[in-house]
Amino acid sequence: MRFSGWRVLKEGLTGNKGWTPHWRDPEPKSEYDVVIIGGGGHGLATAYYLAKEHGITNVAVLEKGYLGGGNVGRNTTIVRANYYLPGNSEFYSHSLKLWEGMEQDLNYNAMMSQRGILNLYHNDGQRDAAVRRGNSIINQGDDAEILSREQVRELAPFLNFDNNRFPIMGGLMQRRAGTARHDAVAWGYARGADMCGVDLIQNCEVTGIDVENGKVTGVQTARGPIRAKRVALAAAGRSGQVAAMAGLTLPIESHVLQAFVSEGLKPIVDHVITFAEGHLYISQSDKGGLVFGSYLDFYSSYAARGNLPMVEHTMESFVAMVPAVSKARLLRSWGGIMDMTPDGSPIIDHSPIDGLYLNCGWCYGGFKATPASGHVYAHLIATDRPHGAATKLKLDRFRSGHGLMDEEGTGAQHNLH
Amino acid sequence: MRITCPLCGERDRREFYYKGAALVRPAEGADLDAWHEYVNLRENPAGPLDELWYHEMGCNSWLKVTRDTATHEILDVQLASEAGLGGET
Repeated sequence: MRFSGWRVLKEGLTGNKGWTPHWRDPEPKSEYDVVIIGGGGHGLATAYYLAKEHGITNVAVLEKGYLGGGNVGRNTTIVRANYYLPGNSEFYSHSLKLWEGMEQDLNYNAMMSQRGILNLYHNDGQRDAAVRRGNSIINQGDDAEILSREQVRELAPFLNFDNNRFPIMGGLMQRRAGTARHDAVAWGYARGADMCGVDLIQNCEVTGIDVENGKVTGVQTARGPIRAKRVALAAAGRSGQVAAMAGLTLPIESHVLQAFVSEGLKPIVDHVITFAEGHLYISQSDKGGLVFGSYLDFYSSYAARGNLPMVEHTMESFVAMVPAVSKARLLRSWGGIMDMTPDGSPIIDHSPIDGLYLNCGWCYGGFKATPASGHVYAHLIATDRPHGAATKLKLDRFRSGHGLMDEEGTGAQHNLH
Repeated sequence: MRITCPLCGERDRREFYYKGAALVRPAEGADLDAWHEYVNLRENPAGPLDELWYHEMGCNSWLKVTRDTATHEILDVQLASEAGLGGET
């Protein structure tokens, strides 16, 4: 079933009776060429690109809950490629290019909205860092421009420009950045993979990874054993627990990051705006809700809910920077489990076990990586060589200290990212 | 989340700084693998975990807190100085 304007018109005129399920609900087979653990954005994108780019279609995606029920459905939907360091820079550049063609490629409306991201700065040091970051982005081939305080005021007059501690001096704008409908991204990749013949198997928790003589041979699941030539992890916040089934310990701590949505309001925030003060980031959904968040709670957690101090901090930051929102009401908040690495950057690499691959460490930035993560991970699984855009996302950088990608410059240490 | 400091009593989470898993520090001459394990690798359990917290806005004590990462329940708190985490020197 393909989507088109013509199809919408036809279905509208014939009682919408022709729509069919977007994907099958198959029984697991006893053996696959590739088993992907985790039916979130990254796992589904990996399956799609394995089938489409590499012709590997005997693939199962095993999901313990329902497709897209994890972090891909819990994030603040921001898409951007404004990284500074080599390694991250080319990877997220690759990702943004894939985002730009994704909807056409998948024949699926992911509501990709390149509304631009504006990173505000409040002092000279932050301005210098923003200029330097902008130059790095331009060198990578992506877009970046520095906006003056008056240019920012034209785009976002509702900001508090004269906050005593955090006056707004200007901002770094990337116009190709924006937001996408997070659930639709998972659904689009699921549908694309399913159409290529990939089996998407839900309610199928992996309970063990079979390793013989240093080589992976399959997985144990809630729905029985499944043999596999290759097994690929894409379990986000649960990566540590899944890796432990193969006897691996990862350089990952799982933390909670909270996100918030206000009641529906008339359009006010036209861009994604981030504040150097308090790490606050805001955007407005098409339903009118202000979508925002700030720091991690800064303690290990699998609870998928946070504590009040970070709620309070986030609200204080928001009201300080946008005083008008003090009258808006919070609709809901939630927490997601973040797989934090010591340097705050991800891992897409071989594991020490033959045929077992790692895709983890997305910290609080996995959503924007979704297309590239799937694309380069599929390349690694299919060819056993890293994709050109992901040569530096190595597991052994932590052991050797060589090639660490500490974007924030705080030191490659747990609890600092 | 509230933590009962052995010296100050029950206090709000805001008073504490989180360091991470409470691990025994390797000896000075330990090999690279031992340091890699200490600095980077984490068991990262979904359940009880021994952690180091610092009572930054209280008595400035380092605490070993046993906390369930799946529920945030605090199971035990003791002074780190009495928990034998210093390792060999």
